[in-house]
Amino acid sequence: MKIGRRSFLSFVIGGAAGTAITPLPWKLMDDVSIWSQNWPWTPVPPDGEYSYVNSVCALCPGGCGITVRKVDDRAVKIEGMKGYPVNDGGICVLGLSGLQLLYGPTRVKSPLKRAGERGEGKWEKISWDEAIFEVTKKLSDIRSNGESHAVGSIVSSDSGTVPNLFKRFLTAYGSPNFMTMPSIQDSYEMTMQLMQGVSAKAGFDAENADFILSFGSGIIDGWGSPVRMFKANSAWKANGKKVIQIEPRLSNTAAKSDKWIPIKPGTEAALALGLANVIIKESLYNKEKIDSQSGFDAFKKLVLNEYSTDKVSNITGINSTAIVSLAKTFARASKPLAICGRGQGSIPGSLNEFMAVHALNALVGNINKKGGVWAVPETDYIKWSKVEMDETATNGVQKERIDGAGSEYPHAKSLLNRLAEVINSGDGALEALFVAGANPLYSMPDSKAIKKAFGNIAFVVSFSSYMDETASNADLILPNHVYLERYEDVPTPAGLQKNVIGLTRPVVKPQFNTKNVGDTIILIAKALGGRIADAFPWNSYEACLEETLGAKWGELVENGFCSDSNSKVATGKFDFYPKAMESLSDFSPVNVEGSMASYPLVLIPYDSIRLSNGYIGDPPFVIKTVEDTVLKGKYACVDVNPKTGKEIGLTEGGYASIHTPRGRAVVKVHLYEGIMPGIVALPRGLGHTAYDKYLAGKGCNFNELIGPVEDPVSGFDAAWGIRARLTKV
Amino acid sequence: MSTQDDKAKEVSADGATGPIILFFILGLAASLVLGWVIFPKLLYSQKKQPIDFNHVLHVEAVEDGCESCHFFREDGSFSGIPKLAQCVDCHEEAQGEDPNEIKFVEEYVANGREVPWLVYARQPDCVFFSHAAHVKKAEMDCGTCHGHIGESKHSRVYEKNRITGYSRDIWGKNISGLRKYTWERMKMDDCAECHATKEIKTDVETLPWPLNWAPLPYEKQTGNQASVKTVKEACFVCHK
Repeated sequence: MKIGRRSFLSFVIGGAAGTAITPLPWKLMDDVSIWSQNWPWTPVPPDGEYSYVNSVCALCPGGCGITVRKVDDRAVKIEGMKGYPVNDGGICVLGLSGLQLLYGPTRVKSPLKRAGERGEGKWEKISWDEAIFEVTKKLSDIRSNGESHAVGSIVSSDSGTVPNLFKRFLTAYGSPNFMTMPSIQDSYEMTMQLMQGVSAKAGFDAENADFILSFGSGIIDGWGSPVRMFKANSAWKANGKKVIQIEPRLSNTAAKSDKWIPIKPGTEAALALGLANVIIKESLYNKEKIDSQSGFDAFKKLVLNEYSTDKVSNITGINSTAIVSLAKTFARASKPLAICGRGQGSIPGSLNEFMAVHALNALVGNINKKGGVWAVPETDYIKWSKVEMDETATNGVQKERIDGAGSEYPHAKSLLNRLAEVINSGDGALEALFVAGANPLYSMPDSKAIKKAFGNIAFVVSFSSYMDETASNADLILPNHVYLERYEDVPTPAGLQKNVIGLTRPVVKPQFNTKNVGDTIILIAKALGGRIADAFPWNSYEACLEETLGAKWGELVENGFCSDSNSKVATGKFDFYPKAMESLSDFSPVNVEGSMASYPLVLIPYDSIRLSNGYIGDPPFVIKTVEDTVLKGKYACVDVNPKTGKEIGLTEGGYASIHTPRGRAVVKVHLYEGIMPGIVALPRGLGHTAYDKYLAGKGCNFNELIGPVEDPVSGFDAAWGIRARLTKV
Repeated sequence: MSTQDDKAKEVSADGATGPIILFFILGLAASLVLGWVIFPKLLYSQKKQPIDFNHVLHVEAVEDGCESCHFFREDGSFSGIPKLAQCVDCHEEAQGEDPNEIKFVEEYVANGREVPWLVYARQPDCVFFSHAAHVKKAEMDCGTCHGHIGESKHSRVYEKNRITGYSRDIWGKNISGLRKYTWERMKMDDCAECHATKEIKTDVETLPWPLNWAPLPYEKQTGNQASVKTVKEACFVCHK
């Protein structure tokens, strides 16, 4: 028998025929298709028992209620809480992505002590006892040297129990240097103080307004409490209310408004007064009520003499007819509302602008009225006993603040924008600094100067949950629980016209060896002993919170929120012409840094709801949503008008180098009709160097290109832009 | 001079047809053995449950049958395989001498560790299945899909498909994919079979698809009981 080619083929054919009548090919086909649907990297929540926990989001000052879906012990989805007085079921892209901040790679997992040089990234894991000991030892040394006033803290805001624990700690320890991250809330508060004589925050009854005049406020770009503003904006659209957006760049808010009026940046105050001029001239206001109001005569004189339509047209670049028609429609609307504070409102801005816009609101009679601006008093649930200070503390708190708030600038409470310059110029020094819920090294203007100033502070302690820029340049990190692991009160959200207190509560167990910052402060105080320890009688932060909220605690645990007893409106006599207003007698815009000769363009920032630029950086889901006209690969895109682009020889998608007096960066060019010629715009929220690989190294940080400009009255940072030069590379 | 017939004869005379047929049969036989015997052995890996579980013993000891341990949660969702917390209700300490129970108490209860049970009936993650709709509303027996597992004295070997990672129970023990009883296979066609043939006793409102609709793409609509859209969306009732 010969075995040849034919036999072999026959064997193969027999094999093939046989295989076809076995389950092998059919079963394999089925299995492979199932396999292809079950790639191991496809995230699949585990099976288990579903449950929902109501809490409050603490990622921005918006204070939205959230409902977190859990499967057994793992949180799998964050949704907006239905019926919550701020967001009623809505949620923003950052809030939705919060789980990545809980489970993501950027968490600080235990107390860390710096092992290498500052910012080198070398850390030694230490226990909480060691960490508390480190801090107490340092603080005791500083105090015994009589330098207690050289300890400072930077926290997110001045309301709520945690910031107040820091404040109390510094008081008992003996330092006046309690500093907060700046925002437009500061400017509004000062405006309320100066024009209405009340200590209150500004609230806006946006839902009931029917004509919204926004001086650059990013209504749908994250201004105020973002989700609440989206909802208000949608309601305005549905009910035919008008929104007018005034800003030099066609932002998302401008694109969705009824009318976009481009304006020369920094001249908004002049426009507000120009509108007041038309309203007064045409007698479009309630003469009976307004004429008798304090300071109105002086205001009227100022506006009529200095802010004629033609002059304002000249200053702002808006034509006279548009100004007159805008003033008329605004004044004739039944519930007009003017708002200001650029973009998301992270820079306090010029006080003149706030006063001018507030005067415009007063002129149309919408102060403390439905659909208008409300003076919302500070919540008063924190009623702790007065701190019994020892001698060191008494002497310490009487020293002048390092930032000049309360002395050089009597109206200001905190001027963090001045800190870098004071330290770098040698006018003041800090021995130790606590940073909690803030990332000043990234989010304060002129980051380089801030970093240099931090370099001059011997001991920097970060309480951050994440390895952010400030934490990575600290000496010690005492990580806080993230908001889904801790209790904390959330005071009234930014821009809300009534006081609402929310309760952030643990949704899951702490994932790592972290500690609530409130507990850490109490522990440090107790370890320092004496009067400092006496000022903190609570055994834990939770006990402190429960005691502080008293009768409200039950309601908060039950519903997740409650209204504050101090909900009456702060009323005061309206003054149209406070002393600070005198600076407007001759309009001079806020000075932008840089000379026109070497920097022919003006660089302004812009905000987007997809770019978080505060303490929290964009989690991976959010950074994925950024358009490629904002961030392309590793480069941020700069918006340039095609006309300007042509003059400099820039092409769409080309690279350019942007220079300002403070710094330089390489960017990609986006030729965009929606920006005024001569102005270039860069997004805020990019260019992180810390956090994780999903965020770090993408784009450039706007704050490295700009420096603060002090407002002459408030001392706040009033910089809205900086001169710049763009060259092709 | 030879004719064509002669040539044919010559070939056969060479004895070549024999081997051709023989090799064909050999090939056939080898592939049949490979496909029916070796392939299933290669495809599935065999795993033992961490604890050998006696259903008979437990069913005798509890009052509510299967639902004593495999219960519905308050929200109507099904708990599936009990968590340690349920076991601990009775087994905080070993009740007998059985080495399996002792191992269970020492290794899992004492350390608060969940038992990594291997789930015979685990469906792919994209499959959404409501136990409540079937057991509570349609009053079906657990055994219809799960067979006589409640009568087992030992945990049988768990066979894991090396390609998909799922249990052999889904495809069925029979590698040919044929079955005799409803519980022998858990593929979509098995769901469809019941949905196509059984009259479903339930409120029309709770069903997202028409009463006699079966989740088979080729099943024709009768009458105008539902729009085409409803039928399209019906895929997502089970496939999330």
